[in-house]
Amino acid sequence: MTIDKPPRSEGSDAASAAARQPASPIAFRLDPASGVPTYLQLVQQVEHALRLGYLKPGDQLPKVRDAVASLAINPNTVLKAYRDLETKGLAAGRPGQGTFIRATLSRVALPELAELRRSLLLWLATAGAAGLDDDGIVALVTSALRDFRERRGVAEGVA
Amino acid sequence: MNAVETNGLGKRYGNAWALRECTLAIPAGHVAALVGPNGAGKSTLLNLVVGLAAPSAGIVTVLDGQPAGSAAALDGIAFVAQDAPLYRNLTPSEMLHLTRNLNRRFDEGYAKARLRDLGIPLERKAAKLSGGQQSQLALTLALARRPQLLVLDEPMAMLDPLARHDFMATVMAAIADDGLSVLLSSHVLTELERVADFLVLVSHGSVQVAGAVDDLIASHRVLTGPASEADAYAERQNVVHAQRGEAQAHMLVRIDARTGPVPPGWEAHPVSLEELTLAYLREPSAAWLPGPGALRLEPIEVSN
Repeated sequence: MTIDKPPRSEGSDAASAAARQPASPIAFRLDPASGVPTYLQLVQQVEHALRLGYLKPGDQLPKVRDAVASLAINPNTVLKAYRDLETKGLAAGRPGQGTFIRATLSRVALPELAELRRSLLLWLATAGAAGLDDDGIVALVTSALRDFRERRGVAEGVA
Repeated sequence: MNAVETNGLGKRYGNAWALRECTLAIPAGHVAALVGPNGAGKSTLLNLVVGLAAPSAGIVTVLDGQPAGSAAALDGIAFVAQDAPLYRNLTPSEMLHLTRNLNRRFDEGYAKARLRDLGIPLERKAAKLSGGQQSQLALTLALARRPQLLVLDEPMAMLDPLARHDFMATVMAAIADDGLSVLLSSHVLTELERVADFLVLVSHGSVQVAGAVDDLIASHRVLTGPASEADAYAERQNVVHAQRGEAQAHMLVRIDARTGPVPPGWEAHPVSLEELTLAYLREPSAAWLPGPGALRLEPIEVSN
């Protein structure tokens, strides 16, 4: 395995810190109770970060070694997640450097996202005031989203 | 290339076989978990792999055909036995000196940097170090030999959760850096679930399951359906283990290309590694061993 191999210094802290520059905008975490396979959790976290604008094209994903050392997982798991992102066209490996974002899932810029979030929070407050609990809100949103998708699918001529 | 290969391997202590008819191949580049109940033969197998015990039957080779225990094999393997064995009255710095002089290859710079990063005091006697520090010291000495195969016997049995995490992170980072193969044993599968991509399950002195974790998961399912149909269904399927209630039955089955669709009224669920392991341990007669592609069954040529 030669991917993301950092230069082996004699333990010089300055050198190893420099080797980690530039760092990735995101860090991974794992939820052992989720039942979702580890590699898929990593994929989903990258996609989530893309949707929310934490990651944008050109950003570097955490180096395999760093992800492995912080999560104590098999390097092959991280490689599998990155391969999956590459297959989806979201990321690309650059030999000797690491894996970088090449596409985005969010077509909306951060300020607009913030505005959308604000209006959603307003709606949530209204729903809460009307007596809906969290599960009720999720159910309503899920069902509305399904309707919305179906209608959009019809409009675009997609089955 | 196989990191470990055995063919008809057996070890007898007196009249009792601790391990018998063990044939398996662990490809290089994997983290292989050796799992089984206490007394199943895990340590025996590990001792045979590293050359600390001689086989009573069969052959064991490591690192692409080197006979276990040969000079070439010993050069490429590092072994940490159970409970991180250290000389209790020596300090880490004395142990570095000792290990450097006992090995042909020893990366002292790596070992010192690693111990400093971990904050392990170099001049304190090993007996005064914490359990986590002792196991990290033993691991550091093993990794500084720059092995191609690292063998760990119950490495985390004594460690608290944080020390376990740090220990495993060290091993995984070494794999990312150097691409070494790892074989480690445990009777607690859950602590290996995140790291292992190859599983070897031993029980009662024989190998019951050996294969890549992804293959194992992909080739098993749990089927849930009416208990009244379970018997008829079991005749047509490869059932590893069945759990039955009055009305409902759960069957862990092996699937392959010939397996038909799930019958009406039954649901198929993916299986977790833990569920799968438990099912096999409960059914000692069931076995899942690699197909002919993954394993050479012809006698292995021993070369020097």
